[in-house]
Amino acid sequence: MPDNPNSDRDLTPLVSAETDVARLGHSSPPPAHEQTADEDADVVDWSRVAAMDEFKSLVRAKAAFVVPATVFFVVYYFALPVLVGWFPELMERRIGPVNFAYVFALSQFFMAWGVAYVYLRKASQFDDRQNAIIAKLDLPKGGKSK
Amino acid sequence: MSFLLAAAAAANPTAPAGFQFTPALGMFLSFVLVTLGITYWSARKSTGASNYFAAGRGITGWQNGLAVAGDYMSAASFLGIAGMIAFKGYDGFMYSVGWLVAYLTVLLVVAEPLRNAGKYTMADVLAYRLSPRPVRAMASLSTLTVSTFYMIAQMVGAGALVKLLLPGVSYEAAVAGVGVLMIVYVVFGGMLATTWVQIIKAILLMSGSLFLSVLVLKHFDFSFAKFFEAVGKVPVAGPDGTIVHKDFLKPGLIFGLEVTKGWGPIDLISLGLALVFGTAGLPHVLVRFYTVPDAKTARVSVVWAMAIIGAFYIMTTFLGFGAATILTPANISVENMSAPLLAKALGGEIFFAFISAVAFATILAVVAGLTISASTSFAHDFYTNVLHHGRERGPGEEVRVARIAAFVVGAVAIFLAIKLQTINVAFLVGLAFAVAASANLPVIVLSLFWKRFNTSGACWGLGVGLVGSIILIILSPSVMDPNGKGLINAAPWFPLKNPGIVSIPLGFLAAWLGTILSNDTTSQLKFDELTVRANTGIGAEKATAH
Repeated sequence: MPDNPNSDRDLTPLVSAETDVARLGHSSPPPAHEQTADEDADVVDWSRVAAMDEFKSLVRAKAAFVVPATVFFVVYYFALPVLVGWFPELMERRIGPVNFAYVFALSQFFMAWGVAYVYLRKASQFDDRQNAIIAKLDLPKGGKSK
Repeated sequence: MSFLLAAAAAANPTAPAGFQFTPALGMFLSFVLVTLGITYWSARKSTGASNYFAAGRGITGWQNGLAVAGDYMSAASFLGIAGMIAFKGYDGFMYSVGWLVAYLTVLLVVAEPLRNAGKYTMADVLAYRLSPRPVRAMASLSTLTVSTFYMIAQMVGAGALVKLLLPGVSYEAAVAGVGVLMIVYVVFGGMLATTWVQIIKAILLMSGSLFLSVLVLKHFDFSFAKFFEAVGKVPVAGPDGTIVHKDFLKPGLIFGLEVTKGWGPIDLISLGLALVFGTAGLPHVLVRFYTVPDAKTARVSVVWAMAIIGAFYIMTTFLGFGAATILTPANISVENMSAPLLAKALGGEIFFAFISAVAFATILAVVAGLTISASTSFAHDFYTNVLHHGRERGPGEEVRVARIAAFVVGAVAIFLAIKLQTINVAFLVGLAFAVAASANLPVIVLSLFWKRFNTSGACWGLGVGLVGSIILIILSPSVMDPNGKGLINAAPWFPLKNPGIVSIPLGFLAAWLGTILSNDTTSQLKFDELTVRANTGIGAEKATAH
């Protein structure tokens, strides 16, 4: 040991050094004890996923649904106290055995269920796109939970 | 067991005379026995942190939907809103709308990212890219504040209610009984027992309300026309003592401009803001999404919960208007007793007993949910991550600390609820929602969607949202009342009972200012990771095999 010229040097391989090449003939990730420092850092390269076109368009598609849906339900809901507070004549108009105020309050429930139903349908499309992204990443089974 | 003790204490010779074994007591005791059985079963399965805090993440979509509904619909909704409609008509119904609509925020914005990126508490999501210790300390403080306020309001209500439903049981015994039961569920059974208590409560509440609604409609020969005709002329005592007929479908008895000197509609909007933004920041609702296997199940469970919660609040029309028309307000002793007395009038003593047991189950399920969220936040956020830098010093330490915390939180709640017996604490529920909306929601949303957001912004947002809500409530008519009905005997400085309309923008403003006034940019480094995790579920916590 004392005559080893490298003894005072840190022998840990450099991250992304030339030794960190893909192993020939293996598409699956190496077992933990064979992982290079780079591979062991995190199984997912988060920035790479974030930069993927599929991912960016998924996030945009979600926002394109969630933002208008939120604006819609907030406006619809707050129309109730506003109408009740400042437009009493309109709210007291009769509709069959009840008045407009009751019908409008009741409609809030169906509005909420309706938005939830549409979102549920939409979200299953998002799920498919999300699964396609995950499949493309070829992550090790089960992923790495930190 | 504990409740038997409480009942036995009430039955001893020093207790007020008149205590007897009623059908209501029988049903209370059967509910207690069933839930203690569940706790025993859960205690044997609840080993390990993920089992204790998150029921092993093995709850299915419909089960969690029922549990969310059971966690959320408090006795204040069941008895309080039915009573409000029975006495004030339409405005009570309008009040109930927001409780469902609020779940759209949970569904569209919060539930899935939270499940994907978190572990046990809402602070997990914040701690991802912000500096964990200050953020978790603040989030834990806010969680404990919300849960404790809400719990005290529930316990004081529980004491008053059990006293009415079970003649002979004192207020103190009722509070102690409820408190000890909730401690037993949480300390021994963890999240799994809490979940099943909430599921059973939701089933009981829905079947009781459905049966009562059918009885009301039967009274009107299943004719909506007849029903609403009666609602159109409810006999109430006029100002000079004579009976006048009022149209209960006409808005304005609670929030009308005349009744409230012009502030009513603004107060109602303020309340609506607290509901719509606060529900998605209530810690005891948020922790429920960690009990399911993945984000998709979390989403499905919110939709289940919305179906149940919506159906329930629509039925409050029949419970409330039914009590107003069939019993008339003059024949109802206390507003909160409207639904149980209606059950007695239409279904006899046994149905009254059933509805009373439902009310009791309702309270227990909610306080158990509050206790577990408070103790989880203390153990996971404050003890492990703030005090011990994220490391357990021994196996099972976090769960042990959570159990002790649940015991302490429960004991403190029992003590405060007994002390506050004579004070109207309904405003504490509004305060809990206001804090959740003004402190928790802004930082959750900004942390998920705003890259520039940083630790300073989160701490300022949480702090100002929390303190601002509390100060505004103290200055409001709920606490300051010149007629001696509040805690402070003086004219209120702030005109609204619900601070949301001011405190929510304040919370967002503080979070934004705190962010831009600090040049800390380290939080941006992990924004990609959080976005990918929240949107894809890669690396999310997995269910443990049962």
